[in-house]
Amino acid sequence: MARHEGRGMASVNYPIGMNLGGDPSQALIHSNPDGKFTVALSAIDLGQGMKQVSRQIAAETLGVPVEDVYVDTADSDTGPHDMGSFASRGTHRMGNAIIVAAREARGVLLEAAAEELEVNAADLVTDGRGNIHVRGAPSRSITVKATAQAAQFKQGKTIAGRGIFLIPLSAVDAETGEMNPNTAFAHACLVADVSVDDETGEVEVLRMTSAYELGRVINPRMVEQQLVGGAWMGISHALYETPEPYYPNPEHGPRDFNEYLMPGPGDIAPYHVTVLERPAPDGPFGGKGPGEMCANPVLPAVANAVYNAVGVRVDELPITPEKILRGIKANGGVKPGPRRGGPVNWR
Amino acid sequence: MAKLPVQFRLNGSDRATFVDPASNLLDTLRRGLGDFGPKYGCGQGTCGVCTVLVDGEPQLACLTLAVSCEGRQIETTSGMADGPNLHPLQGAFMDHFAAQCGFCTPGMLTAARALLAKNPQPSRDEVVEAISGNICRCTGYEPIIAAILAAANAPGARRA
Repeated sequence: MARHEGRGMASVNYPIGMNLGGDPSQALIHSNPDGKFTVALSAIDLGQGMKQVSRQIAAETLGVPVEDVYVDTADSDTGPHDMGSFASRGTHRMGNAIIVAAREARGVLLEAAAEELEVNAADLVTDGRGNIHVRGAPSRSITVKATAQAAQFKQGKTIAGRGIFLIPLSAVDAETGEMNPNTAFAHACLVADVSVDDETGEVEVLRMTSAYELGRVINPRMVEQQLVGGAWMGISHALYETPEPYYPNPEHGPRDFNEYLMPGPGDIAPYHVTVLERPAPDGPFGGKGPGEMCANPVLPAVANAVYNAVGVRVDELPITPEKILRGIKANGGVKPGPRRGGPVNWR
Repeated sequence: MAKLPVQFRLNGSDRATFVDPASNLLDTLRRGLGDFGPKYGCGQGTCGVCTVLVDGEPQLACLTLAVSCEGRQIETTSGMADGPNLHPLQGAFMDHFAAQCGFCTPGMLTAARALLAKNPQPSRDEVVEAISGNICRCTGYEPIIAAILAAANAPGARRA
């Protein structure tokens, strides 16, 4: 009986969004009389940061402070149509729609300000702090708030914008079967170091190291949050979670959190992530999105690490102690793979 | 069945209500008294989202009979902030991005609060132990551990 260490790697090219019937997202933006803006979306924020990223993109495009943008999401009765928050598409698809809407709203905002200042709208710039002024003449200025009120109560103008971003349906080429459903790919590589106990079959993830290329990182802390949380979920899928261990036979399936296992706070591994930024040409400010790929490479990397450690190739998830012990027995003992390189030295 | 009166202090205020003898504290807090701080997760004591403090001890409100709380001090996350001033743990959770969907957050905050009340300078292992009854699906726990260590002003608040 002994513990065997092994290292596994995986890389992933992850398509942003999917396209089975065209992939549109819409955004509507309007100003309120206090000079603040509301972005209406049907996209959902379930904690991944959609609202914050939408807010940043809208504020940047409008040229107003981020505090002055409110994002109203997740009511498909009142928001414009959206395909949804899935397939890592949120930042890319909705962000692009927001930029289109915000550009239109900004155009009206500057027209209204031009009327008040009696100048040409093309000569106006925003300072990002709530003011609009003539380029090169900061004293010739008006606040966004005063502009919104003038538009509303004097000029009878709606400072608003509509945006849609559509990836059209990609038809399948009848001759070759080719299609091109995706416009942006994110990339990652992850290394997992594990220790496998050949008596109990238990796997401990010792550490993980990864590099993620996600286009422009619009909110670095939220990207980090996604990647760290998603990696935990990857470990959970690789080693713990299973709805029905004898699928499609539901017998012995878990019924509660005593039986549906997930790694607890004591089971997490040190994780080091490097984020690389290569802005996507068609992304909002170059952004793509971390989304699902936070978890994806963990699974094959852990499976490869287990193989490297004890020579057991498990190709059905989760990688349970039972499967490892059966594999060791079938192989006639532990057959560790070659060791390459030393420990990843990032501490 | 006849309802029973129960009185306790909830976040510093005296509260009284009538409960079924079999009512649990979670149901009494949420439906009876309108305190939606503690959440209903599994209802069988395995997820930790309903954690409240009873006389300073963390307890799973879903497994606590309401009548057993007669005369006790109940504290929930609803009473953590002092007006507009957040509790240091709440501030640390924000600073460390320790919440994503937020469903586990009340239970995590309460478990952490009980820990720091007894052990103001916990080690990382002690923090892990204190929140080991609370399940989080989003964060991978690391930001939560970092937030609690930071709130305790402990060395090594953030691991690489």
